[in-house]
Amino acid sequence: MAANYKNKILVIFAHPALQRSKINIELRQAIKDTDGITFRDLYEIYPDFLIDVIEEQRLLVEHDIVVLQHPFYWYSCPAILKEWIDLVLEYGFAYGHEGTALMGKSLMTAITAGGSEDSYKEDGVHYYHVRDFLRTFERTAALCGMNYLPPFVVHHTSELMNPKDIAVYSDLYKRVIMSLMDLKDIDINTMNKFDYMNDFILDQFESWSV
Amino acid sequence: MDSFLFQAFIYLLAAVVSVPLAKRLGLGSVLGYLFAGIIIGPYVFNFVGMGSEDVLHFAEFGVVMMLFLIGLELRPELLWRLRGPILGLGGLQVGVTTLVIFLIGYLFGFTWKISLAIGLILALSSTAIVLQTLNEKGLMKTEAGQSSFSVLLFQDMAVIPILALLPLLAAPILGFTGHSTEDDHPAGFTIEALPGWQEAIIVALVIATIIIIGRFLVRYVFRFIAETRLREVFTAFALFLVIGIALAMQIIGLSAALGTFLAGVVLADSEYRHELETDIEPFKGLLLGLFFISVGASIDFNLLREEPYLILGLVTALIVIKLVILFILGVVFKMRRSQNYLFAFSLAQGGEFAFVLFSFATQNSVIPIPMADTLILVVALSMSLTPILMILNEKLLQPRFSTLDQRPESDTIDEKNPVIIAGFGRFGQIVGRLLHANNIGTTVLDSKPSQIEMVRRFGYKVFYGDASRLDLLHSAGAEEAKLFVLAVDDKDKALEIAETVRKHFPNLQIVARSFDRRHTHELMNLGVKVIHRETFNSALELGASALKLLGFRSYQAHRAALIFKHHDEKNLVDLHEHWGDEEAFLIETRLKNQDLLELLSSDEEDKEENMDHSWERPGTS
Repeated sequence: MAANYKNKILVIFAHPALQRSKINIELRQAIKDTDGITFRDLYEIYPDFLIDVIEEQRLLVEHDIVVLQHPFYWYSCPAILKEWIDLVLEYGFAYGHEGTALMGKSLMTAITAGGSEDSYKEDGVHYYHVRDFLRTFERTAALCGMNYLPPFVVHHTSELMNPKDIAVYSDLYKRVIMSLMDLKDIDINTMNKFDYMNDFILDQFESWSV
Repeated sequence: MDSFLFQAFIYLLAAVVSVPLAKRLGLGSVLGYLFAGIIIGPYVFNFVGMGSEDVLHFAEFGVVMMLFLIGLELRPELLWRLRGPILGLGGLQVGVTTLVIFLIGYLFGFTWKISLAIGLILALSSTAIVLQTLNEKGLMKTEAGQSSFSVLLFQDMAVIPILALLPLLAAPILGFTGHSTEDDHPAGFTIEALPGWQEAIIVALVIATIIIIGRFLVRYVFRFIAETRLREVFTAFALFLVIGIALAMQIIGLSAALGTFLAGVVLADSEYRHELETDIEPFKGLLLGLFFISVGASIDFNLLREEPYLILGLVTALIVIKLVILFILGVVFKMRRSQNYLFAFSLAQGGEFAFVLFSFATQNSVIPIPMADTLILVVALSMSLTPILMILNEKLLQPRFSTLDQRPESDTIDEKNPVIIAGFGRFGQIVGRLLHANNIGTTVLDSKPSQIEMVRRFGYKVFYGDASRLDLLHSAGAEEAKLFVLAVDDKDKALEIAETVRKHFPNLQIVARSFDRRHTHELMNLGVKVIHRETFNSALELGASALKLLGFRSYQAHRAALIFKHHDEKNLVDLHEHWGDEEAFLIETRLKNQDLLELLSSDEEDKEENMDHSWERPGTS
């Protein structure tokens, strides 16, 4: 791995009631104070939803990879993240004729979902795959000229409540973030052979250990 | 004394009876006053006898006050913007009208001197009648209103050179003599004895003094007086100011109306403007009414009976000549057609200056007395016909123009703002700044002189005055305003103001600052819909900050405060139906407090359920 080059990562985090969360609070804890990561806790910074667009855009320009971390509410993101997207990814900045500020950067979604992986299948309760629901984010990235990375997904949070499982996911999430930081040329095609970033990272670690 | 009281009684009675009648009939107050004058005058009931000439002189002061008030509404930069119409339109109107009347007079065989004197005097129109009528019809802001005003202003200035010119036209050879000239100036001292250049210097000095005093000195006197909180002293000072300037102007031989107009313009930027307006307004109204009555009373019906055809012919000729010239000027100055008619019909009469100038002309043996008497009658009749002509224009000519043509012009004389803020202390200022930042014009009223001075330094337009006074609300533009921000820091005063506003301007929406729950209920009782307790929101925000410092997530703290606010405000509204029934109110209050207590003392889990519903099933993310 190239040791002298590191991607700067911007984590945009949205959870309206973190005081009641079990898994997100740990995922957040696992990465938020790492060097090279800027962690933005939207509900904490903007309790009144008055988002500082200039500041958010400045941060986007300064970073290479953007991670949107949030619980998967109603197949989408919590309200403040939508507000953030609507305001910050402005015409002329993120898209449109002169909106090239984000071109070449990468976007990854990191979500926690109550349902199991099986429930997100044609014969499951949710009928569609998680990636089908994430199309909006995928196309948002594409419209901004960003690489869309496979999502990091924690499933079955409604059942997954023992500290050991939570620790496994926190650890995996941290590994994902650290690996993204070290990744020199992001090979989208290889990554996108995997549905989830989880699997790509596990695969990478296996291949190294061989 | 008795006869003075009797005269006053007759004048007031005539006004009280005829003016409301005339207004009810859609004729306007001016016609009402004129008719009242005719009725109480020497030819109908003869209540006021021939003494009405003196009354007329006294009442002319109403015109002086009117010009002061007009000046108050006209800030210097607006006046500067009107310089084109004043000099161009006004100059041409006086010049061309003088010339035409001069030629006609000359063709009829009068000497050129007499013809010129008559031309000059008849070129002037009646400031009092025209402005009063336009104001009453709300037409001052229209193109025609502005143009009329400009022309009248030029005429007021033109009186000075005309006064200077008339003695030069004297024709002593003809052998008739006028009255002695001694008492046209009420002050014992005049500067006319001085050489011309000294006179000019004194005139310049006096005007400069007025400007300097008005600009820099008067506000301190006003402030000093305002702080005594004696209203009548304020009124006295306002009158003192106007009369003083009028006197000064007469001493230096300028028109008093022009002088007070100038003083008005100088004070137009003052924070005491609305208060001054309010104080002078009733005096102006009464004096002007008196003036119109005496014009009516002075109409010499004997003369009219002796030579009806000559006089009616002259009246018609005067009106037609002035009308045609005004109309042509309107075309030259590219006025819209409907505005041009209004402009021409407004100014097609002789003016009150003609009374003074004709008697001055006879005194200087320029014009023979019988001729002057005839012409004075002609002028008085033409003035009386003006309101009728304007009604004809309004009813017969104006309907022919499309509404598109009649759209009102933008404000020039008067700035009226959509929002009035009463009270500009710690509270009102924040509201004002927010509105300012969003380009909303505000008219601000405050009754603390020291406060006003301070805030004015930061460039705000704040006016001195007690916002519970109806007349002040009127002059602040409460009829046209959309919103009234009640932000005074006196509980009872706030209620008083709310009551006045609700009663007299029911369509003006009020947003009010209240002190506590009790005060909120009292305001609600007066029909105020939007009320904010002055400390409530900031206390909640402080509470939210406290929660945050105690470890709450900031969004959680924010929502907790909002939820609390919601409960508390709903509670307040729910309780209002029991307000007034002391017993029921207390019982209800106690019940609500119990609810709140239960809400607050329920255990952790429940409380959260009560206070804030979750986004998800418990503990899933």
